Amino acid sequence: MAAFSLKINGTQHEINVDPTTPMLWVLRDHLHMVGTKYGCGIAQCGACTIHLGDNAVRSCQLPVSSVGDQEITTIEGLSENGDHPVQKAWLEVDVPQCGYCQAGQIMTASALLKKNPNPSDTEIENAMNGNICRCGTYTRIRKAIKMAANTNQNS
Amino acid sequence: MTLVKTKIGRRSFIRTSALAGGGMMVGFSWLASCKMTPEEVNSLPKEWFDINGFLKIGDNGLVTIMSPNPEIGQNVKTAMPMIVADELDVDWKNVIVEQAPLNLDVFQRQLAGGSQSIRAGWEGLRMAGATARKMLRQAAAKAWEVPLEEVTTSNGTLYHKASNKSAGYGEMASAAVGVASPNDPPENIEVPEEVELKDINDFTIIGTDRLNVDGPKIVTGKPLFGIDVQEEGMLTAMIVHPEAFGQTFKSMDAESIKSMPGIIDVFPVDVYPEGVEKQWSDGGGIPQLVAIVGESTWQCMQAKKALKVEWESPSNLESTESYEDDLAKLLDAPAKEPARSDGDFNKAIKGAAKVIERTYSAPFLAHNTMEPMNFFANVTADKAEVKGPIQTPEFLEKTLSSVLGLPIDKIDVGMTRMGGGFGRRLYGHFGVEAAVISKKVQAPIKLVYTREDDMTQGTYRPAYKVRFKAGLDKDNNLIAWSVKGVGTNDDLVFENRFPAGAVDNYLAEKTSLQTKITTGAWRAPRSNFMAGAEQSFMDEVAELAGKDPIEFRLELFDRAIKDPVGPPEKNDYDPERYAGVLKLVKEKANWDGLDNGKARGVSAYYCHNSYVAQVLDLTMDGNKPMVEKVVCAVDCGIVINPISAKNQIEGGIIDGIGHATYSQMTFENGVPQQQNFDSYHLIRNSEAPKQIESYFVDNGIDPTGLGEPSLPPVIGALANAMYKATGKRVYNQPFILEKEIVG
Repeated sequence: MAAFSLKINGTQHEINVDPTTPMLWVLRDHLHMVGTKYGCGIAQCGACTIHLGDNAVRSCQLPVSSVGDQEITTIEGLSENGDHPVQKAWLEVDVPQCGYCQAGQIMTASALLKKNPNPSDTEIENAMNGNICRCGTYTRIRKAIKMAANTNQNS
Repeated sequence: MTLVKTKIGRRSFIRTSALAGGGMMVGFSWLASCKMTPEEVNSLPKEWFDINGFLKIGDNGLVTIMSPNPEIGQNVKTAMPMIVADELDVDWKNVIVEQAPLNLDVFQRQLAGGSQSIRAGWEGLRMAGATARKMLRQAAAKAWEVPLEEVTTSNGTLYHKASNKSAGYGEMASAAVGVASPNDPPENIEVPEEVELKDINDFTIIGTDRLNVDGPKIVTGKPLFGIDVQEEGMLTAMIVHPEAFGQTFKSMDAESIKSMPGIIDVFPVDVYPEGVEKQWSDGGGIPQLVAIVGESTWQCMQAKKALKVEWESPSNLESTESYEDDLAKLLDAPAKEPARSDGDFNKAIKGAAKVIERTYSAPFLAHNTMEPMNFFANVTADKAEVKGPIQTPEFLEKTLSSVLGLPIDKIDVGMTRMGGGFGRRLYGHFGVEAAVISKKVQAPIKLVYTREDDMTQGTYRPAYKVRFKAGLDKDNNLIAWSVKGVGTNDDLVFENRFPAGAVDNYLAEKTSLQTKITTGAWRAPRSNFMAGAEQSFMDEVAELAGKDPIEFRLELFDRAIKDPVGPPEKNDYDPERYAGVLKLVKEKANWDGLDNGKARGVSAYYCHNSYVAQVLDLTMDGNKPMVEKVVCAVDCGIVINPISAKNQIEGGIIDGIGHATYSQMTFENGVPQQQNFDSYHLIRNSEAPKQIESYFVDNGIDPTGLGEPSLPPVIGALANAMYKATGKRVYNQPFILEKEIVG
């Protein structure tokens, strides 16, 4: 066990856990922030995607000990009122079916748009290839990302 | 307008809800942790009135509608309340949707499966809304002392035009109950014996796009799913199951992990002890397991890795290779009684001018719901509370009653939103496992499977082989057709489906191979393989006949319409509706006119009471099909929620293309060879079609299923388009083996 101080969604959290514990389980089990989902545990499905600084990372492969003072953003903190352009586009396009993978999809998509505000079709597909949607909402995911990109361009 | 007899319990009348008060509105206590915004709190009614089990009306006109069936991503949680709301005649923006509890006294068939929720629920949901509307009208007629016939409604308001009176539903419900003295018996507004259902042309909500009611929670990461359940004092449980199908528990070194941090207990579990009364939903799972209980998930995962368990192996562990051989032998062996025989197939085939025979195969598939199996259970001496993702809550309750020795009324089964179903959560053994573990450790626990547990444990889509044979006469008319199907624990063939009824000499045979590997329903059972095989074969037969593949099919439907072979009621499809979707897709895809340089394939299939036809365009990238566009025509009767119905269609298409092209589950000596998403290829974003267009036949027929029907035929359309692009037919799924991917 070791003590860690983590800045998550703008708030400082103190926890005492096994240093090898992945951030996914720190968030879900210890901080009860369950928006970040467990899908595979080996960084293959993207359901657990969070932002470490500005980068989309798979929290199932991110030991708490490696976070240091880098800021973490989860789906719960992506926006204060659920009105990030990507979240709004996701609702307007009615992307989700079961909804389980969508937090991870949204975190990957929002990190992409931050770095590349106007991605091409191929750039969107490449960025999103690490996020599996078993229900098959891929065409809507692409459409929502384009809609969010346009919102950003126009605002 | 249709008059129908109400079937709602007569004891129901308008009364103050036992669930009055804002905070109680959310059913699960763990959801109460979601903070409500001040606007949300202010907009809550001070009092709710129960009209019937389906809905409550707040004094301010807000309406809570219960969604009776489990939600697996098919979006019945939006669609089912839409049906109630339309008949109730309220504004959708004033509707709050709640997941109903399991209560078969009020609701029927609380099950997610067979694409039947809307079809089976249609009448009951309409009646629930219409009954409530009539009761509110009765209350108004009484209060205003006017004839019932003169009381009309619009968007949640009651009117008496002649006296210029009006009142909101909430206001009238308050008046009817008598809010001033809520303990007095309410003025009885009895359930009417007969109610009027709307004319389908008067629907204002049904047939319009309504966004997913859980959308805002999904995109902000609110707790919704079984795996998100958190309860006071709750421990985490994990299982270790045998490496190979057929193995049983022998021994383990429990002491080696008991001292690990956070580990509380480790013990073998016999999920279904002798004498337990099993339900059909108990078919899946591995009954002998080892359970690990600990404080946190990560600690349990570490212990799980460290635990050494020995399993007893039978001598005949099974492998994919042996299934391939056994299924092939079964296909070659003479079948027993045919499932259906019209005319004389053997004689006709001997006299045919052209004969074609082809064999198709498909592997086992895992369901791979994104949310792995999990369940919460808190079992004490006299009651059990369980909740989680379950497609068959009624049957889980019955099994738990037998396993735990508790009466049904002491078992509370809660339904959470599910991170995918696809048939996997019909088999509720994980709920039973959670309960047995909780009982043993005498604490509330949440059982969570790792991805590897989930993928290597079944209950798989069976492996299949099917052989078709067809004969054409000298004028290229189809005169003989046979189908013979074999599968693991499943006999595959639907003998009364097309082209049965459209061919003079028709023979259907089927048989199954018993295996140790557990199999079960996987999205569109049997159809998920049969459609692709049949529609690929149909394409080859049409080519042999020198006919356009759509015209060839339409000729057969024409035959089934005008002069069906055998008694028409025997055929479980309607050839006019079948032909209808094919004609619609032909028009929408511009089948005759378009030459866009893409290879095209067509397919049509009927399953789950719905008709689907598709035209698929692709190009090849190496040996990988890159699907540019799928045009899809669907006849599922009345469409409740088009934006969401199209989502189901798109999902089914992507699911079908993905699994047929890339996915398989193989075994060596009983051990699943794919254990996680690094070795099990699920379709990815860049592999999905660039574009999908969906069109519905508008015919006003009562609605039928849509969660499954778009998946099966697309595999045929894909195979037929791949042939156009490459000149080579594909017969065996997956169409591309991982090691052979080029491009």
